[in-house]
Amino acid sequence: MLTLDRKDTMTEKLVVIGAGMASGRVLEHLLEQAPGRYDITLFGAEPRGNYNRIMLSPVLSGEKTYEEIVTHDAGWYAETGIATRFGETVTRIDRTAKVVHSRRGETPYDRLLIATGSAPFIIPVPGRELQGVMAYRDLDDVHAMIAAAEKPGAQAVVIGGGLLGLEAAAGLKARGMEVTVLHLMGHLMERQLDPAAGYLLQKDLERRGIRVHCKASTKAILGTGKVDAVLLEDGTVHPADIVVMAVGIRPETRIATDAGIDVERGIVVDDAMQTSDPDILAVGECVQHGTTCYGLVAPLYDMAKVAAGTLLGEPAAFRPVETLTKLKVTGVDLFSVGDFGEGDGREEIVFRDPGRGVYKRLVLRDERIVGAVMYGDTQDGNWFFGQLKDGTDVSEMRDTLIFGPAYAGGVPLDPMAAVAALPDEAEVCGCNGVCKGKITRAIAEAGLTTLDEVRAVTKASSSCGTCTGLVEQVLALSLGEAFVMPAAKPVCRCTELTHEDVRRLIKSRALKSMPAVMQELGWKTSCGCHVCRPALNFYLLADWPEDYRDDAQSRFVNERAHGNIQKDGTFSVVPRMWGGVTTPAELRAIADAAEKFNVPMVKVTGGQRIDLLGVRKEDLPEIWGNLNAAGLVSGHAYAKGLRTVKTCVGSEFCRFGTQDSTGLGIKLERRLWGSWTPHKVKLGVSGCPRNCAEATCKDVGIVCVDSGYQVSVGGAAGMEVKATELLAQVPTEAEAIELTVAFVQLYREHAKYLDRPYKWLAKVDLDWVKAQIVDDPENRAALVARFDRSQTIYQKDPWAARAEGGERHEFAPLADLRVREAAE
Amino acid sequence: MNAMLDTWIDLGAVEEIPVRGARVVKTPRGCLAVFRTGEDEVFALDDRCPHKGGPLSQGIVHGRAVTCPLHNWVISLESGAAQGPDEGSVRRHPLRVEAGRILLGAAVLAE
Repeated sequence: MLTLDRKDTMTEKLVVIGAGMASGRVLEHLLEQAPGRYDITLFGAEPRGNYNRIMLSPVLSGEKTYEEIVTHDAGWYAETGIATRFGETVTRIDRTAKVVHSRRGETPYDRLLIATGSAPFIIPVPGRELQGVMAYRDLDDVHAMIAAAEKPGAQAVVIGGGLLGLEAAAGLKARGMEVTVLHLMGHLMERQLDPAAGYLLQKDLERRGIRVHCKASTKAILGTGKVDAVLLEDGTVHPADIVVMAVGIRPETRIATDAGIDVERGIVVDDAMQTSDPDILAVGECVQHGTTCYGLVAPLYDMAKVAAGTLLGEPAAFRPVETLTKLKVTGVDLFSVGDFGEGDGREEIVFRDPGRGVYKRLVLRDERIVGAVMYGDTQDGNWFFGQLKDGTDVSEMRDTLIFGPAYAGGVPLDPMAAVAALPDEAEVCGCNGVCKGKITRAIAEAGLTTLDEVRAVTKASSSCGTCTGLVEQVLALSLGEAFVMPAAKPVCRCTELTHEDVRRLIKSRALKSMPAVMQELGWKTSCGCHVCRPALNFYLLADWPEDYRDDAQSRFVNERAHGNIQKDGTFSVVPRMWGGVTTPAELRAIADAAEKFNVPMVKVTGGQRIDLLGVRKEDLPEIWGNLNAAGLVSGHAYAKGLRTVKTCVGSEFCRFGTQDSTGLGIKLERRLWGSWTPHKVKLGVSGCPRNCAEATCKDVGIVCVDSGYQVSVGGAAGMEVKATELLAQVPTEAEAIELTVAFVQLYREHAKYLDRPYKWLAKVDLDWVKAQIVDDPENRAALVARFDRSQTIYQKDPWAARAEGGERHEFAPLADLRVREAAE
Repeated sequence: MNAMLDTWIDLGAVEEIPVRGARVVKTPRGCLAVFRTGEDEVFALDDRCPHKGGPLSQGIVHGRAVTCPLHNWVISLESGAAQGPDEGSVRRHPLRVEAGRILLGAAVLAE
């Protein structure tokens, strides 16, 4: 029938002003549900059709081309029969005549859709009209920025540290420009992030070479004709070839205002997306629904769906929902949703893992999530978002909530029920991306019955191992009684928690003192025991070096008295000999001390130093003082910390030596001494593969070769004997040191107390360690930085302070009643 | 000598012992260990573990117990008895606190 022809005069005319993402989505819905229902004319101010505007950042950074982000190309418009009027601005709406005016004359409409979007807000400072000042709004802006970046050494100043400004900054940086971000507020993206996450973001950007200046109030843009610099209120001048204004947007409403349609901040629409004129609809960033204007894409798409429904006579209502934010800067992982300000009746759960640069914060009100901010690991973001949208009561899972849906270990609720409730697509193993369904299928199909088999077949739990408990629970669920769940080993009888649980909770709940740990984690004893207290003391000082105060009373006597207790209650004294190198003067001082204190035995140790055995405890401070006077310091022969760095003579003297192994050993020992570790740590450096320093059975062993340094880890020569495995070969001494320090710090941050590195490695897998410190230079540097920070507090000779009278109570008797009796 | 049974010897202030710590008191009959718990109670025991004579004063104090530093025997500060599966006992000595001072029963010197 002729009446079905969409060009038929009976077909209603729909005119759309604005060819952006919102109107594009309306058109898609319309054409999908009722092709031919309307005779459509599309006006767009830009000389091109609809493209995915939120993907401009990848175009700017060079990761995508314009063609890749086009949503509707010329072919699509031709196919759908939409008359396009691109590059043609609608200047006026005549509501009485129901026509729109443009350069080419009048276009009649039956229904009109306004989707004019928003305009960038240009701050009214002097110089804003200079050439080189631009917004970041459309493809033309992007082209202008790319052109500016072609000049070598070009400098860009981005005003605005919000979502858009930071994407612009990252894109310009990727194009090779020197970039400075000026932000008025105290931290970046303050509308989406709290200060902690803002801080991590700033650090990440600075690491990429983007300068960030917060609390920066722009006074003027300087230049004659074109931009030269930006002047701040505080007098700072930032040179600039271009200035990108990304401080915000305002709804583009002029055409509606002129037409007498209700406009407040945006064009006022009702739930059906209708304006005050029933024939005119509006969608997108130009509208105001209730009191809110929207700028993120998700609500705009919701509006589009509603508007299409209205145009088709199918009642629909726009209901604003929480929207989530993600920053599209490669390598920056952030997520924010909802309301995360502080306030009465609000509680928060915070998880920080400085090791991975991870920060997560949930804000709860009435046991429901009202806001979430995540940085560094946003894997669970969508799940939290779901809980927030659904208004789920989280009181039952509060204790483990921050770990997201995949977590079900630990004490609270019934872990088996929680695992049973997990959907098949829930990720169980984050390292290897293995979901629950894959594991259950593998168990069923391959007849797996043990954890090791599951690891071999699915890789789940084969990397960092933190999901091991969860995998075991999946096994138990699948196999029923056929699977005997290995009992989780609690730290001690004071708690049901495992070492892994405790370490994680200390970080996630920011527990910074022994009483806090015992209180918050429900210790069953008043002050722990000899098993848990030393472990907690280590975890706390390793995780919070600046906040936690070492508790001597929670240390084994050797670490409290800074000597090894012997079976008769006497102690041994072992001064440090850096890399096993000593001097006649040092030897003389040791000999003098041995004679003066009648030391029963002087013995050379396996770690290339000298042990004075059988010293009475009350003599320790004095003998240490004598040794200190000769420049000797504690060798920590008693510590869960760095012991020795054993070396061979290396290229200095040895005819086979390829590198200065002695020198490297000394450097390593000087860097690492004084640090506390989960168990003792011994190093060895050999100058050639003949390996005279026996480096390959140490916790870290370095074997020098002509082309560099083979750094290997996880050796043992105690109750177990095990050769090290290669971590990496590096060309320079500095890299060997950095790798070693990073390894020690990773071990400090992750291992269970009293696990030597080889035991820890068996749990976490060497590949995981390599991914952390060999393949990830940023993480390696961060580990080194954290180690060095801890050393500013802990790298102190304990002997010196005590020789001067510190901790006297440790060494002197409380009373000597022998004298009293003699007197009587 | 009987007079000494009622005599108390001032060992010093409670604060001179670290909380959850111990100090040694030397006597003609050997060393005593004087303990201070997290609750500020004080106890005195012979400074010899019933197991292999380890110096209990060097152990970690937890609750009303101390763990010997040599082989981890746990000894009750109240009774002097080994806890758990271990058997053995160490001698206790009367101790009281008056005005913040630790007073040891002088009988320990009288034997």
